[in-house]
Amino acid sequence: MTDDVILQVKDLKTYFKLDEGLLKAVDGVSFDLRKGETLGIVGESGSGKSVTNLAVMKLIPVPPGRIAGGEVLFQGKDLLKMPDDEIRTIRGNKISMIFQDPMTSLNPFLRISTQMIETIVLHQGMNKKDAKDKSIEMLKLAGIPSPEKRIDSYPHQFSGGMRQRVMIAMALSCNPEVLIADEPTTALDVTIQAQILELIKDLTARLGTAVILITHSLGVVAGMCDNINVMYAGRIVERGTADEIFGDPKHPYTQGLIKSVPRLDKATQQRLFSIKGQPPNVINLPDCCPFYPRCDRALDICKIKYPATAELSKGRNVACWLYSEGK
Amino acid sequence: MARFFIRRLLSLVPTMFIIVTLSFFLIRLAPGGPFARERDLPEAILQNILKRYHMDEPLPKQYLRYLGDVIRWDFGPSLRYRDRSVNEMIDTTLPVSTALGLTALSLAVILGVNVGIVSALKQNKWPDYTAMSVAVVGISVPLFVMGPILQMVFAIWLKWLPPGQWLSDHGLKAIILPAVTLSFPYFAYIARLSRASVLEVLRSDYIRTARAKGLKESVVIVKHVLKGALLPVVTYLGPALSGIVTGSVVVEAVFVVPGLGRPFVQAAINRDYTMIMADVIVYSLLLITANLVVDLVYGLLDPRISYK
Repeated sequence: MTDDVILQVKDLKTYFKLDEGLLKAVDGVSFDLRKGETLGIVGESGSGKSVTNLAVMKLIPVPPGRIAGGEVLFQGKDLLKMPDDEIRTIRGNKISMIFQDPMTSLNPFLRISTQMIETIVLHQGMNKKDAKDKSIEMLKLAGIPSPEKRIDSYPHQFSGGMRQRVMIAMALSCNPEVLIADEPTTALDVTIQAQILELIKDLTARLGTAVILITHSLGVVAGMCDNINVMYAGRIVERGTADEIFGDPKHPYTQGLIKSVPRLDKATQQRLFSIKGQPPNVINLPDCCPFYPRCDRALDICKIKYPATAELSKGRNVACWLYSEGK
Repeated sequence: MARFFIRRLLSLVPTMFIIVTLSFFLIRLAPGGPFARERDLPEAILQNILKRYHMDEPLPKQYLRYLGDVIRWDFGPSLRYRDRSVNEMIDTTLPVSTALGLTALSLAVILGVNVGIVSALKQNKWPDYTAMSVAVVGISVPLFVMGPILQMVFAIWLKWLPPGQWLSDHGLKAIILPAVTLSFPYFAYIARLSRASVLEVLRSDYIRTARAKGLKESVVIVKHVLKGALLPVVTYLGPALSGIVTGSVVVEAVFVVPGLGRPFVQAAINRDYTMIMADVIVYSLLLITANLVVDLVYGLLDPRISYK
């Protein structure tokens, strides 16, 4: 089982030193990504999902950021200990990323061809002409009509959805092992969202790429992911397969999240459920369960100590005192 | 692009017409005149002088006559230096001011942009603090203080460079001190401007994308950061050019440089109508041309701007 794990994140900690204090954006996150798997990371804004994945690629701005501990093993090697020139051969090549806002993620001053070709030339050692042919092929796969004409356009000549297709084509052009998609559809309108998700699913399945899908939308992970990690205040609070998370959520936070999705299949006149309160400020957070002020089932111990992660079954974990021994 | 260029060139005509008209009447609106300071001038002689310069004619007629002359690029005789025409004076002084101004501007741009980039890349480390301290000095110390200090250090104490005068007296060495002095505030401003815009671009999403693609930091800076970061500097070049030409009035006085600045100031004091008009026209043309060039360069740098 562990043989086909290609990316293993162990107890990753990423802190930001701010004037207000120490911000623990990611505080001890661990997960495994298997070959061809699609892993969802779900959480509210500020829960540390994006920082986790930037830290995996060592793309955290230092200072103020700092990777305070942990390991990121890719094919057995720790990315965090690699010198810069070695990790650069992995970025964009073995592990590539697509970002939330396609309107700002492409360089507005350079042609699409320039931006695509440079990655392929860098990692695949092709000459420019072959790299351009490869780029055109990738754009075609990503559903850009008449790519041979459009490849020399500038980003502003594309719509938002088209730009995200370009980003996907670019990210997959070196046939990476892992694609990290950081809220790839958040900035797009709903009809385009579905198309882009379909495209990611389709292309990565065809190329055998494992995907980490970061999102705050449960609808997105439900349709896409094999396994789901739910993050809250810089930690993973629950993990399981998509069926387990949606069919039998354990953590009160996950239960709240699922209840607050509007349902079309239940004709009710009730107000939509929402989790009360605000996500906590993670600066100088004490060692309590960060969710207890918003939790309906909070116990006394929740205010004192963070719960240890309880393993309910293989690959099914929850960090909540309700399921821990010795409560 | 060509159509845009031609349209902008054509728009020069009405702009210049308005500038010429306004300044023609404004100067004459002020009390006094070119001959007001020559006291005890017998009435008959004054009339004679006025007649010679067609100043006894009604104002509208003078205006039309002047327009006709300007169209033929004839600025008339100087009312103060009676043996020289204004064209002659412009022809001898403008190249000096232009040479000084362009040298200073090039210095300011080359040094300013480089210092700005280094500052941004070493943000909050000692090279950044040093450069930005120098920039604050450059912006806050006026030219008439900076000039004499440099003269004292490099001309009088170290005797490396001539304290003043121009190419004919000292060769190319003569341009160094005045150009450095003149460029200083612009260098400082451009350094701060490019530092700020490099920092802004470095934080942008598309630079994160470039890094995530595995590009080397040097490639990221040169290929992805600079083009966008230099746009604000290019925008600033238009006003900088006009500022550097007018700023040279002070520097030309401090370093005894035979440029356009001194005649301009003197013309204003002496009410030398024809000379003032010529200066206004030359400066306006410079400014308009500079802005046109800036717009064209902008279009070349930023693909999102298209001229139709």
